[in-house]
This record gives sequence, C-alpha cells and structure tokens, in this order.
Amino acid sequence: MVRVLTISADVRELAGGRDVFEVEAETVAGLISRLEAQFPGLGHLIEEKMALAIDGEIFQDAPGERLRPECEVVLIPRIAGG
Amino acid sequence: MSDPSGSNGGYRVIGSRPVRPDGVDKVTGRAQFGADFHLPGLLTGRIKRSPHAHARIVRIDTAAAERLAGVKAIVTAADFDLEAAGEIEAGESASAIRDVAANCLARAKALYQGHAVAAVAATSPEIAAEAIDLIAVTYEVLPHVIDVDEAMAPGAPVLHDDMFTRGVSPRPGTASNVAQRHVMSRGDAAGMLAAADIVVEGRYTTAAVHQGYIEPHACVASWGADGQSLIWSSSQGQFLVRAMTARILNIPLSDLKVIPAEIGGGFGGKTTVYLEPVALALSRKCGRPVKIVMSREEVFLASGPTSGSSIDIRLAARRDGTITAAEMTLRYQAGAFPGSPVHLGCMTAFACYDVEHLSLIGYDVVSNRPKVAAYRAPGAPMAAFAVESAIDDLARQLSMDPIDLRIRNAVRDGAKTVYGASVRSCALVETLEAIKSHPHYSAPLNPGQARGVAAGFWFNIGGESSAAVHIDEDGGATVVSSNPDIGGSRAAMAMMAAETLGLPIERVRCTVADTASIGFSGSTGGSRVTFATGMAVTEAAQKVVADLRRRAAQIWECDVADVAWRDGVATCLDPAKTVKPLSIAALAARSAKTGGPIAAEVALNAQGAAAGYGVHVCDVEVDPETGRTSIVRYTAAQDVGRAIHPAYVEGQLQGGAAQGVGWALNEEYVYSPEGLLQNAGFLDYRMPVASDLPMIDTVLVETKPNPRHPYGAKGVGEVSIVPPLGAVSNALSQIVGRRMTALPLSPVRVLAALGKI
Amino acid sequence: MSRTVVNAVVNGEAVTFLGGGGQSLLDALRDELRLTGTKEGCGTGDCGACSVIVDGRLVCACLMLAPEAEGRRIETIEGLAENGRLHPLQQQFLEQAALQCGFCTPGLLMAAKALLDHTPDPTESQVRYWLAGNICRCTGYDKVIRAVLDAAAQLRQAEKRS
Repeated sequence: MVRVLTISADVRELAGGRDVFEVEAETVAGLISRLEAQFPGLGHLIEEKMALAIDGEIFQDAPGERLRPECEVVLIPRIAGG
Repeated sequence: MSDPSGSNGGYRVIGSRPVRPDGVDKVTGRAQFGADFHLPGLLTGRIKRSPHAHARIVRIDTAAAERLAGVKAIVTAADFDLEAAGEIEAGESASAIRDVAANCLARAKALYQGHAVAAVAATSPEIAAEAIDLIAVTYEVLPHVIDVDEAMAPGAPVLHDDMFTRGVSPRPGTASNVAQRHVMSRGDAAGMLAAADIVVEGRYTTAAVHQGYIEPHACVASWGADGQSLIWSSSQGQFLVRAMTARILNIPLSDLKVIPAEIGGGFGGKTTVYLEPVALALSRKCGRPVKIVMSREEVFLASGPTSGSSIDIRLAARRDGTITAAEMTLRYQAGAFPGSPVHLGCMTAFACYDVEHLSLIGYDVVSNRPKVAAYRAPGAPMAAFAVESAIDDLARQLSMDPIDLRIRNAVRDGAKTVYGASVRSCALVETLEAIKSHPHYSAPLNPGQARGVAAGFWFNIGGESSAAVHIDEDGGATVVSSNPDIGGSRAAMAMMAAETLGLPIERVRCTVADTASIGFSGSTGGSRVTFATGMAVTEAAQKVVADLRRRAAQIWECDVADVAWRDGVATCLDPAKTVKPLSIAALAARSAKTGGPIAAEVALNAQGAAAGYGVHVCDVEVDPETGRTSIVRYTAAQDVGRAIHPAYVEGQLQGGAAQGVGWALNEEYVYSPEGLLQNAGFLDYRMPVASDLPMIDTVLVETKPNPRHPYGAKGVGEVSIVPPLGAVSNALSQIVGRRMTALPLSPVRVLAALGKI
Repeated sequence: MSRTVVNAVVNGEAVTFLGGGGQSLLDALRDELRLTGTKEGCGTGDCGACSVIVDGRLVCACLMLAPEAEGRRIETIEGLAENGRLHPLQQQFLEQAALQCGFCTPGLLMAAKALLDHTPDPTESQVRYWLAGNICRCTGYDKVIRAVLDAAAQLRQAEKRS
C-alpha cells in the first residue's frame, strides 16, 4: 500500500476534499491510473501539473519509477524557475 | 575563492577556469543577439498599446492605417488561431495558453496600460510608427485597481468576470480578482502560537520589480509560402517559443523552426512569448519577414515584472531560540492574468528551517498591471524577506547571534519540507558556518554602519534536455546543446565533455542548436542547465567513450573489456598484444573503417536535482541628509554542490546579490492615480550601477556534491537573489532603529523612518 | 523623411552612409553600416549599451543624430581588436569571466577604453564612477572592475617597455 499525501487545493477539489489516500500501486504510472479511476480528472491533473516526492525525493514526469511497498508519495505542484 | 575545504575531486578540467569557448564573439561585437538578425525584404513591426489601465475595446479601426503606403500587414487578436484551451509550462507556473495569447494581443479588454491591441508591419520604422498612430481604437474606460490589497477588497473593479476563486470551499458565486487560494500546512500552528514563549509578528510589503535585462525583447519571423516558418528570437527557450507560437497560430510544430539568438539577459523574463506570435501573424499576412524589437519603455509597460506582495507573518519560538511554529499569509500580484508565484513563496518560505508547525496561505491576485513573468527564484525572495526579517527580530529579542539562531533551526539532511520533499545533499549548516567564520563577519564596523545576515533557498529543477557530442575527423569534439546560453553555460558543457572524453578544453567547442537540429529541451532557467543539460552532455560523451573503446578493440582484435580509457587515450590491457595506445585523433582518423562517424545524442528527463542554499552578510551605512543607503561590504556564501567553472558560479552569486540589492533599496513601479506607469525607463527605474556596489566576495561551499549528477553539480543561478532583501533590510533596520517592513527602502522611506521628513 | 549623405571615419576607415529624419548614430551604425556590435538597451542614454568613442570622447550613440557624425572619427567595438589581436581589456574580460550574457559588454569595453585612454592608472573608485553610465544586470560589476584594473596595469607595463 502506498500512502499518498498532498497540500494541493486542486487535488482536494477533485477528490471531494480528501488529501490523504491509500493506493495499491507498484509504479508511478499505476498510481496515477488508480487515482484517475477513483477520482476522474485527478490522474490527469497529477500527470500534467504535478510532481511527486517519493519517500522525499522529487520526481517529475517519471511514470516508470518504481514504488516500494509502504512508501510515501507526496503530490506537489510542479516547480519551474526563472 | 572556492571553499578550500572542498576538493575538486581530482579532475583535469572540472573546477578550472578556462576562457569560455564563445567568449571572443561577445567581446568583439560579433555575437548575434535578437535585434542583430537581418533578412532580405525585412519589414519593421510595431505594436499599438492601450493608453488606459482598464478599458473595454469597443472598436479597432485600421482602415486609415491600411491605406498608408508602405504598410504591408495589420493584425489584431482576431488573427490568432487559438483552438481549445490548453496549458504550457512557462516560468513559475503553467500559464493557460489563452492568457498568453490575450497578453500578446488583447481580446475584449485592455487590462493594463501598454497592453498590446494591434500590430503593423511596414517597410520602414517611420511608416510603421505613422501607421500605429492611424489605427483608431475606441475604448470604454473602466475603473482600475493596481495595489494587491485593494484588488482583494470588496467592491474593487473586477478584471475577469469569469474569475471565481479556486481553492476556496464552497466556490464563490461572484467573480473577484482572487484567482486562487493556496493552503499548505502541517501540525497545529495556531495552537503553538497561542501557547508560545515568544511570538514575533509583522506585515511586510514588497514592490513589483522587473528582471531588468539590458536587451529588450526582439525577434524576426519569416513565414514561408508553404507554411514552413522561421523565427529568430532572443529567448530562454527556443522549444518554448516554438510550442507557444505554434499553438497560438495553430500550425504544426515541425513547420516552425526557432533559432535561439544570443540572449542579453532573461532571469526568467524571457521564458514566455510577447512578440513572436505577433511577428509571425504579420509575416503570415503579407508573406514577408517581420522584425519586432521592444523599446525600453515597452519592456517596462508590457513585459513581466515579478509580483509585488503583501505578507503577514507570525513566528512562535521557545526561549532557547527554537522556532516551533509559523503562520504566514502571502498576497502576490499576478498582474492582469492569473499566475503569480505565490505557491512557490509558500513552499520556499520555511525551506531553510526545520519548523514542525506551519500554516501558509497564499493568494494569487490579479490587477491592472502587466502579467508577471518568472524572475530568478520566482516567489521566494518576497517570502524570504518576511521570514528573515522576523527571524532577525527574534534574534534581537533573545540577544542571540543571528547566525547561531539560524544554525539552531536550520534544516539538515532528512528533514521534511512542508511540501513533501525531504532535504538531501544539504550544506546549509556548513554555509552558515562559512559566513560565521568569514573575516567579514567579525570585521569591526565604523560608527553609523550596521551588519545584516539572511539565508535563502531555491529548489532547482531537472527536466528534459538533449545534447549531442560529435568527434571531428581530427580528434576534436563538438558539443551540441539544446539550451540558450544565458550566463556562460557553453563553458560548463564543454568542460564536462572534455573531462569525460579526456580531451584538453581547447579541443572541445560547444554550440547551441535550433529546434530542428537537436532534441527537445526545457527552457534555460530553474537553474537546470548545468545539471540537466550537463547530464545529457556527459552521458553523450560517455557513449562516445564506449564507442571509442569498441573501435579500439576492433582494431586490436581484443576484447573490449581489455581496453582501458584514460585522458583521451585507449590502451590495451591484454598482455598478449603488443600495440601502441590509440588517441581520439588516431581513432577518429580511422572512423570510417570502424563503424562510421563517431557521435552520440542523449535525450533525457533529469531527476534528482538538488536544492541550493545561500547565506549573505552585508554592511550598510546611511547618509542622514539624503536617506541614501550605501552597501559598504557584501559577502555571499552558497551551497553549490560542485562548481564546474568556479568563475561563472561566482558570477551567479554576485549577479543575484546585485539584483537583490536593487530590489531591496530602489526598484519599484510608480503608478499615477490613473493607473499609468510613471517610471518606464532606466533613469527612474533605478537599478544598481557600478558605483552603487563594492566588490562582492563569494564563498562556494562544495562539501555536499549532488550524487545524482555525474560531476556533483547543483543549480546555482537562482538562490543568490533570495537572501539579499533580508540581509540589507536587517542591516538598515539597525541603523534606523526600527524594523523596516516595506520595500524598496528608498531614500524617501529611510528619511521618513529617521523622522527627517 | 529626408536623408543626407554623411561622411565619417569609423574604426579608421572612411565610410559614407545616409542618415536623417530622427535616425540616431546608433541606428546608422547598426542599420546602415551593419555594425551591430553596438547595442540599444534603452534609446535614452541611460544604460550605456550603445557607448562609442567620437573624436576621442565617450558618447551614447543613441543620443547623437546620424548627420552629426559628419567629419567625425568614430570608434566602435568592432575596431577594438587590431588585426585580430584582442585588446588587453578584451583579454582581461575573457580571462576574468567579466561577462555573462555579453549584451552590455561592447558598451562597457568602449567606456573602459575611453577611461584608460586618458587615465591610465585609475583607482577602483574612479573606475566605478566612470562606468556608472553602463548598466550590467548579470555580473554585479565585481569581475568587470577587476578586469579593467588589471588591463590598466597591463597597458602601463607595455607602455613602460615600449
């Protein structure tokens, strides 16, 4: 079980106010499709507009990244710079 | 000036200071910037801009302008071909392409003075100027609002009647100027504040400031009769220019080639488009190439500054100096369209400090000013100004040394940020200690002088980059980079390739390619080029080395495992073979017989970018008659991972510090009651000049190289603008005798604080 | 727009170009003579990116009208290196990394040359105040000042030897 957390209001809006999820997934791609199935639009939002901190390390556009069982994933807004 | 305790890892090239490979062009005037490009039949493009801060566009009458001899094309927003709404990554946040297009040419409303409403292309600058005057625009002037707190107040003029604040539950029923509310929190900040030993609070405001690049925006666009087009543009991202322009004009990406000109400064402000879709639309209409160059006035009126801000902060601490909780409300101006970096302000505000209980609320607010664009560590400097000022107040209340207080609370590896990432490869404590032990920190101050310190953070990013390495037939190498070179990155690319290949740096050249000549890349910005594009360059060079070893094995008829590669030479480890070593030149001479040209291209999405931390200390004094603040001494220390080319890393620290000094002391947008910009030029938008600054000492802390980069590099370009606002204000507040809370700390404000006026 | 024929000497060579109707010397250098090394940063004489030397005097080319160049000797960045040999100022800028984007660099180099032409041994303060008319947004000026001071020293050495 992967524990998914977020600080994002956009995620909460699509997930009926929730910002903590328990998801069964082995890769980032799997996680995204499970969340999309549960909350339509959420998977798409994550794919297009968010980065993930997997056990603290930031990944952006990394669908193949494997997820350890019991790892923690935080959904964070994409970061760009100037 | 590198930290002597950090080794350069025993590299041949990395850590040295060669002359940059593109340098001669820049010191001889040969380098071609955006406005330097010329094509046969080139027309001059000019833009008609709104004289009103807020107005409905009733009618645009171009008839008289069209009749003027020499006018070849006129366009308005109707000439854009935007399909369904979509998003494109741009600078600090994803900007709806609709907003970008409407910012390039206004649709129903002019939303700020200077907002583009139409454009012409003509055979000379004089005719273009005359045509602009002949375009008759009928406006219905509307009430306007400039200030962020006023824009949020009930009854403020509303810019977009379809703006219902996101992030608020339930969704508001009436439109307002608040595009979005962000909330980030953990623990129980309110409770901890209520029970705290010490509470420090304040309201801080900062003014909008412009990136201030000396080169105005410039481009040339040329539409081909078969629809294939060329754009030559000063920009931080040729692929971004292509993506945005193609989307706005509804053309396939492969039909648009964008050539990145040399760029005369960007700092984030050139990670979007203003001119390119307009120039291409004009060229499409008349079939001739069109050049548009902004005047300096246009740069100030119509290109993105960063947000001004209004910030409330409350800090809770124990008597021993541990910061236990903090509450912050940040209100950032987005300009005329949503997309301020307020969420990044929330994320970075406490990124230097391990504070358990946090509540951060950010508001993205529109008002009748130009749409903001990214500016070096977007969103972070304003938030840091408030945090570092409050921490300074705390140090004062506790009679604690300001560095010691920060060391006590500093994040270390493993700490969790409020947004979810864990701190890793962090040398903040070492950087704080580097300042503490620096001679500057203990140097005596003259009467009337004071010293301030502040820390700062920036994420740095990775992302998509492409690079190619080609071995020339005589054994030299060319690196092809996907990224415009904004600060000397070609030197770092060449150095990383030279190190990997084992060639002397003089034999490795680096070029920046256009969109048709190299794989896709994210923009130059986010402190990502040395990290991500450098990673692509290094991996391409590693592939070339693998290929060279294979060829040597073929020539020697031995196993490739028996081929050693060192300093650009292959040697055979098989004791049964008596062969001479083969240099790159020798292998290159035989390339046709060993498989063909020697080259590799790598396209990657770099993960594992490591954040940067900076600590600055500055000494200031004030002229009590004029209120002018002088920077007497300045030292900037930064956790840089590993400095590939130390001189250019030092340059990033010095340049960011100078911009931060300008932001703290003098830079701001001055508006009339009618919402018109009063200081749209360098005379009255006062940026630091050489006589305003002392030498800026730098300390490069290299104790924590980034393990995810082949040479340990971290991004360095942005962190340096984050600490100066707090450092300068913390010093000045001591001289004035009270906490200064409003930037810029202009002479007028200082004199008022001193009770002189 | 009426234009007049202008005869001048640019970087030691006699040139003839058309100028007039509000065109500045900067416009003429860039658009008529295709010497694009001199840059426009502001058009109002505030940033110094268009610095050139006219009859030995440092001038913002954007503040001079093209016909005013008649009969004058003009030095631009394209003439600073002689026969392909970099001037010590150019060499020092490169070696000390005194440029990042390079846009203000031609103006800075010409302004520095004008200073050293008549003040061969300036103090740091003199260099800073002389160059206060050349805005640089990238470097924070530290390495620029060092490069100018070192180039001055180099030129004084060469002068002693000659």
